[in-house]
Amino acid sequence: MNSVQTAVSQTSPPKKSVLYDPKVRGAFYQVVLVIAIIALFYVAATNAIENLQRAKIASGFGFLNNTAGFDISQTLIQFSAAGSTYGDAFIVGLLNTLIVSAIGVFFTTLLGFLVGIARLSKNWMVAKVAMVYVEVLRNIPLLVQLLFWYIAVLGTLPQPRNSLEMGAGFYLNSRGLFMAKPLWASNIGILVGVLVLGLIGTFIYRRWARKQQEQTGRQYPVGKVTLALVFGLPILTWIVLALVGANPIGFELPRKGTFNLTGGMQILPEFVALLLGLVTYTAAFIAEVVRAGILAVSKGQSEAAGSLGLTPGQTLRLVVIPQAMRVIIPPLTSQYLNLTKNSSLAVAIGYPDLVQVFMGTVLNQTGQAIEVVVITMGVYLTISLLTSFFMNIYNRRVAIVER
Amino acid sequence: MKKALVSIAFGLTASLFATGASAQATLNSVKQKGFLTCGSNTGLAGFGQPDAQGGWTGLDVDLCRAIAAAIFDDPTKVRYIPLAAKDRFTALQSGEVDVLSRNSTATMSRDTQLGLDFPVINYFDGQGFMVRKKLGVSSAKELNGASICTQQGTTTELNLADYFRANNMKYEVVAFATSDETFKAYDAGRCDAFTTDASGLYAERLRASAPDDHIVLPEIISKEPLGPAVRHGDNNWGDIVRWTHNAMLNAEELGVTKANVDQMKTSDNPEIKRLLGTEGKFGEAVGLTNDWAVRIIKHVGNYGESFEKNVGEGSRLKIKRGQNALWTKGGLQYGIPVR
Repeated sequence: MNSVQTAVSQTSPPKKSVLYDPKVRGAFYQVVLVIAIIALFYVAATNAIENLQRAKIASGFGFLNNTAGFDISQTLIQFSAAGSTYGDAFIVGLLNTLIVSAIGVFFTTLLGFLVGIARLSKNWMVAKVAMVYVEVLRNIPLLVQLLFWYIAVLGTLPQPRNSLEMGAGFYLNSRGLFMAKPLWASNIGILVGVLVLGLIGTFIYRRWARKQQEQTGRQYPVGKVTLALVFGLPILTWIVLALVGANPIGFELPRKGTFNLTGGMQILPEFVALLLGLVTYTAAFIAEVVRAGILAVSKGQSEAAGSLGLTPGQTLRLVVIPQAMRVIIPPLTSQYLNLTKNSSLAVAIGYPDLVQVFMGTVLNQTGQAIEVVVITMGVYLTISLLTSFFMNIYNRRVAIVER
Repeated sequence: MKKALVSIAFGLTASLFATGASAQATLNSVKQKGFLTCGSNTGLAGFGQPDAQGGWTGLDVDLCRAIAAAIFDDPTKVRYIPLAAKDRFTALQSGEVDVLSRNSTATMSRDTQLGLDFPVINYFDGQGFMVRKKLGVSSAKELNGASICTQQGTTTELNLADYFRANNMKYEVVAFATSDETFKAYDAGRCDAFTTDASGLYAERLRASAPDDHIVLPEIISKEPLGPAVRHGDNNWGDIVRWTHNAMLNAEELGVTKANVDQMKTSDNPEIKRLLGTEGKFGEAVGLTNDWAVRIIKHVGNYGESFEKNVGEGSRLKIKRGQNALWTKGGLQYGIPVR
């Protein structure tokens, strides 16, 4: 084919029949393909609408404004069976998916990096424990692990009447973890202001310290100062305010009710089980990604760092990890996406995520399978594309800059 | 979950590319396949449950067996598709099952918006609560602040919200996809109370690790007319399901049983003659044979026999006939005359 084309282009005069122009032909086939695909979707859509109408199945998106009529166990926004709509139920489910994914991504990154670095440890014990962790966790199906965590969590926890008191307003029982709920007083603004000041101060100090180091080579205790400014200052302000009798934060403690503790904040066991399952499972994969990334940095780099007098910790932090990140970021993004999508397994353990609430209850109560499934697919696609988008920006920042 | 996805995927593909049904379409396709596909419960004692040999038993299962008996003269020509509550209507809409006989409550929205029909009610039920005895609760009105396990995608879930709102009580709902997961969570102590239809409470209690530790509270908080569902639009198929149940009711009322059905064929009672097809051509009118009712009764029995064997005194559930007694005995089961 190629040789014929080159032969033609070499021997043919400048103008020939359009029919034989490979460019025109290529464009023609692509247009035909696109039309065929559009036609297929069009036929499928119109046929579905026709069939739905014939079967007297309601269609359209109007159901989102109908009253929901059911309750949900974990709601981050105000939600009630009487006053909320299926659209609100959708938002509740979406937020529940997002929160478990966001917290999951945070903890799985920490755990994954820890285990990945541990696998390369020179300490035989640490390396083997990390290896066993990775091989066990990533080779057992996630659903089985979730059920294990849920049943293990539920089975070992005491009944509400014998709640485990852990001090400082923390209680644990089979209904979840209970803790004091902060109540903000009107002067909470002072505390927020101090925190913002601390953040700004840290930023300025770090820039100054860096400049000093670049110019004079002298190092300043950046970490300690950051800690003092961001945490120490607001806590000090809080103590002072409390002492003068204007405590900006009050606490509502859980109290014993008829069946269970009431008041305070409650973290559902379903949430804990799902989070534990997702974090430990995904961390096993991230650990391998991190290990691969570190091994991709040539040994000469750490030897050079060592010869400059950097400690092994500094070598890892300042030389190896920054270079490893270039290799780590793309597969890490995939793991974040996996975690988000895997959170839909929540349905098996009763955590009200998007799939459980929307594709479970709402789909069944309204019977509008096509609309509900299309919306759900759209949501996961959007979340995944957004995650990739931000990770790609980060990837570009850490990528090798050719000098 | 996987099953749910598969059934939804099937549903979508089917509704995307399927063409409309003609008259008698379902009956013809069942005859062509050589078996009936029956959407059944994933496992509810007395109503639809597979046994150790893989055979299915229960009141709802008997209805499917009766339909198969009427069509094929063989109650075993049924393929059971176990469905979770939240997947059942999608499976029926998409044509994955021919009839859904799975203790489903008939409601107006299901009838008018889901593209379904409920030809008959084969069990009159109502929603109740089960709690542990040691909680010391004796009435549903004392459940303020309780956490309650329920199955999602059911009328139960909606009634629960209504009841607590109407009585101005608070509760925490924990919803699971299947009845199995729901009851396991309750049994493991996740919830103070478990709620479903009263019949289901008695059935599930048998599965508890210690059945005697649980009591069913006296309140019945809703009407749950349970019955088989078929797709809207194939009226002939709906007729077959309706008359299968009515044949079983009429047989009980007329004293026709599994044991005496052959002798009864010689009866002089015109009602029995019409039911058993020795007079008139009632079976042919719905696309069956005229001895359709004989087949049903011979293989499955009348409604009373099926009830006693599956959920009544002959079963572990020991549910009284109550509302499900014949109308002649003060119940709501009223067979429409064959004539």
